[in-house]
Amino acid sequence: MKKIFLAAAAALALTTGANAAEEVHIPKETWTFNGVLGHFDKQQIQRGFQVYKDVCANCHSLKYVAFRHLGALGYSEAQIRSLAATYQVDDGPNDEGDMFKRPGRASDHIPKPYANDALARAGNGGALPPDLSLITKAREGGPDYIYHLLIGYEDAPAGVEMSPGLNYNKYFPGHQIAMTKQITDGVVTYADGAPNDAAHVAKDVTAFLHWAAEPNLEARHATGLRVVLYALIFAVLAFFAKRRLWKDIPH
Amino acid sequence: MSTEKSVWRKAYEWHEARLPIVTWLDHSLGTKYPVPRNLNYWWNFGSLAMFMLAVMIFSGIVLAMHYTPHATMAFDSVERIMRDVNNGWMIRYMHMNGASFFFIVVYIHILRGMYYGSYKAPREVLWWIGLLIYLAMMATAFLGYVLPWGQMSFWGATVITNFFSAIPGVGDSIVTLLWGGFGVDNPTLNRFFSLHYLLPFVIIGLVFLHIWALHVPGANNPLGIDAAPSDKIPFFPYYVMKDVFGLAVFVVFYFVVVFWFPNSMGEAVNYVTANPLQTPEHIVPEWYYLPFYAILRSIPNKLLGIILMFGSILILFALPWLDTSRVRSGNFRPVFRVFFAIWIVDVLILGYVGMKPAEGIIPTIGMIGTFWYFLHFAVILPVLGWLETPKPLPASISQAVLKPAE
Repeated sequence: MKKIFLAAAAALALTTGANAAEEVHIPKETWTFNGVLGHFDKQQIQRGFQVYKDVCANCHSLKYVAFRHLGALGYSEAQIRSLAATYQVDDGPNDEGDMFKRPGRASDHIPKPYANDALARAGNGGALPPDLSLITKAREGGPDYIYHLLIGYEDAPAGVEMSPGLNYNKYFPGHQIAMTKQITDGVVTYADGAPNDAAHVAKDVTAFLHWAAEPNLEARHATGLRVVLYALIFAVLAFFAKRRLWKDIPH
Repeated sequence: MSTEKSVWRKAYEWHEARLPIVTWLDHSLGTKYPVPRNLNYWWNFGSLAMFMLAVMIFSGIVLAMHYTPHATMAFDSVERIMRDVNNGWMIRYMHMNGASFFFIVVYIHILRGMYYGSYKAPREVLWWIGLLIYLAMMATAFLGYVLPWGQMSFWGATVITNFFSAIPGVGDSIVTLLWGGFGVDNPTLNRFFSLHYLLPFVIIGLVFLHIWALHVPGANNPLGIDAAPSDKIPFFPYYVMKDVFGLAVFVVFYFVVVFWFPNSMGEAVNYVTANPLQTPEHIVPEWYYLPFYAILRSIPNKLLGIILMFGSILILFALPWLDTSRVRSGNFRPVFRVFFAIWIVDVLILGYVGMKPAEGIIPTIGMIGTFWYFLHFAVILPVLGWLETPKPLPASISQAVLKPAE
């Protein structure tokens, strides 16, 4: 019995492995945050935040991001406070022992759309919308993958049997994803008048999500540059000091 | 000439008469430690390994101040370090990538010893202690990888601890003891954190023994011949300066990865919180374990696979006797050099096999690679020592290093 089970498991592993083997090539995109001094385009990640807030946040949480973090997007403290106040946050218990809702504060984390995972599944046909705080780091292919996933919806090719409730996506591993196409032309309208076709919107929200996953990226690059320049200069000095010291030692 | 000693000099001599710590340091890594004059840059990696050990301990102590070893809080506490602790992202990326760089340095250090025959008499004990350090590093790195409590942390811990269940009779009890329960859970995380903090100090102790064992015969050198006293120069200032230069070059590579590619050596799925109900598509260990993981997987029998996996490192303890050649340095062993290169390629292939899902031709390559790995140590090296004709050795280091000037 055990042997049969193992054989079945092995066969399953082989077939799923074969599926995984036909890896989809994810094209590389250009991002402002790549490169030696890669940085975030504040306008772009503000637009991306708008996309998250208006579209993604209906199902996806962003639990590691607090309102106060949004200062990095270029918002003023007053803007952050009034933005936070538009959310209702659970708090308590108060002196009567009751839980209550209050307007959000800058120190609050962005509230989750569902109170718990079970509720999230129930509202999404059994699929759990993942938290997006780390999503660009938590998937192979990173931001390039997330961007192409968002615009990678297609009609299923002839002969592909789709499971009920799943959608064909060119870039999703196995191609069957529970999330429906969300990023469409004109899904949001930007205040700054930036183009809002699906490709641009997907790019903006991906850039925002990469900021959410790696909020210290700019400080990292800036510190890195100073550290490496210091080490390089030190290495040159050390090289000449070493050569001078060893001048009379045949080795 | 003034005969009057300063008060500082007197205080120093008073203290040295009671605990001669400066004298001891001077003999250990200072002017009283004679080293062959002809060491090349491959000899820099010992001091680099010590540097990485220090980096790991310092960054690790700071991380432990902010980390919470609890199954429901560990992942969040790491993210808090990354986002809200001042420069926490830097400390964490230095520690996380520091593990990889520590292994890179130590692997080069080990390969240098293998090529130049540094394990041969009279340095066998030095070699053994080095291998013990390596084993302790492997354990420490594995325990540390579990702490962020991501998907690969959890499932890596599950797979590795399950190895021990293959031991006949007591295997299951050992696994239960490692887990602190009947599955990888909070008690596992707690004991792994405790041991992850303990083992580095064991490594420090072993490093002391390693350096002590080094000082008894003195350092080997690229020619592999015994160095005459006239061919030795003091460690300070000559090799201290050379090590400082090497360190400066090394940290450039280390910091480029820390500051620009901090996640390049990790698995993306470890940024997903551990979920005992969902196995990742394929479980891959960190790169520094891959060749051994490949050996484990290519053997169809679990117990035998585990024996061979551990055996692949344990066989190195016998290396001083498996290599029957009296000539230390590979520079004078033309046939050994070829087989040494083939062995390195074999280990790299095994690493590749360990990275890939075990399907198609991969397990077969793994089996051939495993066979060659053991063939190299058990057959090729002993036979080579008898059959190979080494090139003539120079009479002394000065003869060899001065020749080009003649």
